[in-house]
Amino acid sequence: MNVELFGGEINVWWDALARLGLAVGAMTVVAMGLIYLERKVIARFQQRLGPTRTGPIGMLQALADAVKLVGKEDLRPRNADPWVFELAPYFVFVPIFLVFVAVPFAFDWQIRVLELGLLYVVAISSVNIVGWVMAGWGSDNRYAMLGALRAAAQGISYELPLVISLVAVAMIVSQLDSAGEVLRGSLNLHTIVEEQGHIPYIVWQPLAFAIFYIAMLAELNRTPFDIPVGESEVVGGPFVEYSGIRWSMFFLAEYTALFLLSLVGAAVFLGGWAWPLGEELRGENELLGVLYQLGLTLAKTGFLIFTVFWVRSTMPRMRIDQLMAFSWKVLLPLAFAQILVNGLILVYDWPDVLLLLTSGAGLVALVAIVDRAVTRPAQRPPRPAAAALGSEAAS
Amino acid sequence: MVTSTPEREFETQELLINMGPQHPSTHGVFRMVLGIDGELVTEVVPYIGYMHRGAEKLCETMDFRQGVGYMDRTEYLANFNAELSYVMAVEKLAGIEVPERAQWIRMILCELNRLSSHFMFTGAFGTDVGVFGTAFVYSFREREVIQDLFEEITGDRLMYAYFRPGGLGWEVPDNFEQRVQEVLLSAERGIRDMDGLLTQNEIFLARTKNVGVIDAPDAIDWGMSGPSLRASGVPMDIRRDEPYLYYPQLKFDVITGETGDVFDRYYVRLQEMRESVRIVEQCMERLRPGPILPERMPRMLRTPPGEVYVRTEAPRGEFGIYLVSQGGNRPYRLKIRSACLSNLQALRDMTIGHYVADAVIILGSIDIVLCEVDR
Repeated sequence: MNVELFGGEINVWWDALARLGLAVGAMTVVAMGLIYLERKVIARFQQRLGPTRTGPIGMLQALADAVKLVGKEDLRPRNADPWVFELAPYFVFVPIFLVFVAVPFAFDWQIRVLELGLLYVVAISSVNIVGWVMAGWGSDNRYAMLGALRAAAQGISYELPLVISLVAVAMIVSQLDSAGEVLRGSLNLHTIVEEQGHIPYIVWQPLAFAIFYIAMLAELNRTPFDIPVGESEVVGGPFVEYSGIRWSMFFLAEYTALFLLSLVGAAVFLGGWAWPLGEELRGENELLGVLYQLGLTLAKTGFLIFTVFWVRSTMPRMRIDQLMAFSWKVLLPLAFAQILVNGLILVYDWPDVLLLLTSGAGLVALVAIVDRAVTRPAQRPPRPAAAALGSEAAS
Repeated sequence: MVTSTPEREFETQELLINMGPQHPSTHGVFRMVLGIDGELVTEVVPYIGYMHRGAEKLCETMDFRQGVGYMDRTEYLANFNAELSYVMAVEKLAGIEVPERAQWIRMILCELNRLSSHFMFTGAFGTDVGVFGTAFVYSFREREVIQDLFEEITGDRLMYAYFRPGGLGWEVPDNFEQRVQEVLLSAERGIRDMDGLLTQNEIFLARTKNVGVIDAPDAIDWGMSGPSLRASGVPMDIRRDEPYLYYPQLKFDVITGETGDVFDRYYVRLQEMRESVRIVEQCMERLRPGPILPERMPRMLRTPPGEVYVRTEAPRGEFGIYLVSQGGNRPYRLKIRSACLSNLQALRDMTIGHYVADAVIILGSIDIVLCEVDR
């Protein structure tokens, strides 16, 4: 089977391989750029300069780091489970890169337009938790184990609000079917972006966006949810025993995930390439339009990424119980309430402005709940009977 | 009736994790073995002694003036306060009268050192709670200014060795007063920044409130002192209760906390920094030209036989020197009463029942200096 590419015909498999190669290459560059940017941005927040020595204003720092990491010895602890330990980076790395297949950059810039693109994105991106647990388990290190368990608990807890906040948008997407009737609901990322030509979904669903953003921080293990890797507690968590190239794969996957999830957020909530005036400009000039759309997508993604860096440089870390309680007791009920209300509005054909009003009210509720939880003193967990551990620990 | 149903389906086992001596948040070479059940800490076994250098014994082998240097190495974040206890003990034993100007400069330097030490605390504590270096860098910006002043005065950034039995090593630079004003300005800015960055942060409050509570009777029983004790609501401050230098002439408040949790221990220190700024300002008003050493100081300092105990309010609590002399030019026995060692004793009581992440901030909130703990 052949597909058309740049005016010529090409075998579909070659096409797929070329696109994937392009994706992996581009993402590696993007990840290194993000590493450099994060160092620069956080340095400015901390009144430092960040890297300045390697290349112009330190731009080659990430490359220098990569060369250093590749040159390092690939260590494996003697007691580590060899297979689990060595395969773990791939389980983190590969799913993140697979997500790249379905995300939209511009009107025609998407590796594959999947009808269930959103489902594909959230399903694939959560596979990497397996890699985290494998890394923690295989390292035969108690800190790594602790970090892996934290990662698993956190990943599962925040996957749900993340997915449901995306569902809230997916169900209100309107599209015309072949008979010219308005259909609601689509999981196709291309359609979702295209429908935001005039008003991005953040306006209709501010609560869903807030939940998505918080859950995104948690999914990425970013401050204030960097519990699995907490430097001052579990010293890097599952990655504590990794070094050299394997460690850099985790690192690369982390930044790629940051980019891709921000991209999904930009596409689903901020209008991706379509808002403002994305389609209109493309109609006038094909090339200029595509470049403009690409710029729009990257600018919105970049803005989300910048806020992630911003949060990282100012927020302390939450505690595991607070984290779980926040997900299960606050975010998830609110997310469910959101899709319930959306469903009612759609079923009874109420005016769309209600979407905005109810979601805005939900956002206010979220802020109020967080505020109240902070001002109310926390309960000290019950003190477990201290086992006669002293002698054992001392030996 | 089935009676064989087990209460718990899975056998669970406590996990022992060894935190330290190489761990980023044990503030030095401190080691504690945590027994954890899931994320809850069920047992804490602290181990100290990795930094034992025999400082007390070393002091006994050299004459009274040389001992000052070992005080710097004992309490390397509040050197002047440690030196002060030592030189006051020697002065008390030898009966030396210290000139007025030297006393005022000592007070200024000690309070500035308290500021720099507490800045170290806020920075390190911010990192413990999980702020990615921002609190640390902001604290160190102000600490650096103080450190620069100390360097201008003493010629050294860390091991000042500036106090002498009888007074000071040498006169402060001419622009001392102006430099101190600059330092105070930047310190006030730093305190405001810490307030904005940590005290008003919701996650910080949620993390620190009601964590690691120790009530007043327990704190007293463990021999805690300084800000860690005052956080539990005990208004004990040696500067006020057992006045030394010219503290009775100055107006300052003794800051106390309410619940004795981690937040209180942090907040007491932050407010104490404001008091230190106040104290230095008052000292600067009263600073007059004059000699900085007594007119007649013997070339070789000898003390009559006897023993003294002198304690001062160091940033971490009561820093005491017990000095025994049998005559001659060196101590017969020198004992350092370490504030951190006593404060650290309460660690187990505070930590058990909390989460692993809390163990880190509880240890951080005691603000230990391992060199002082192990001596």
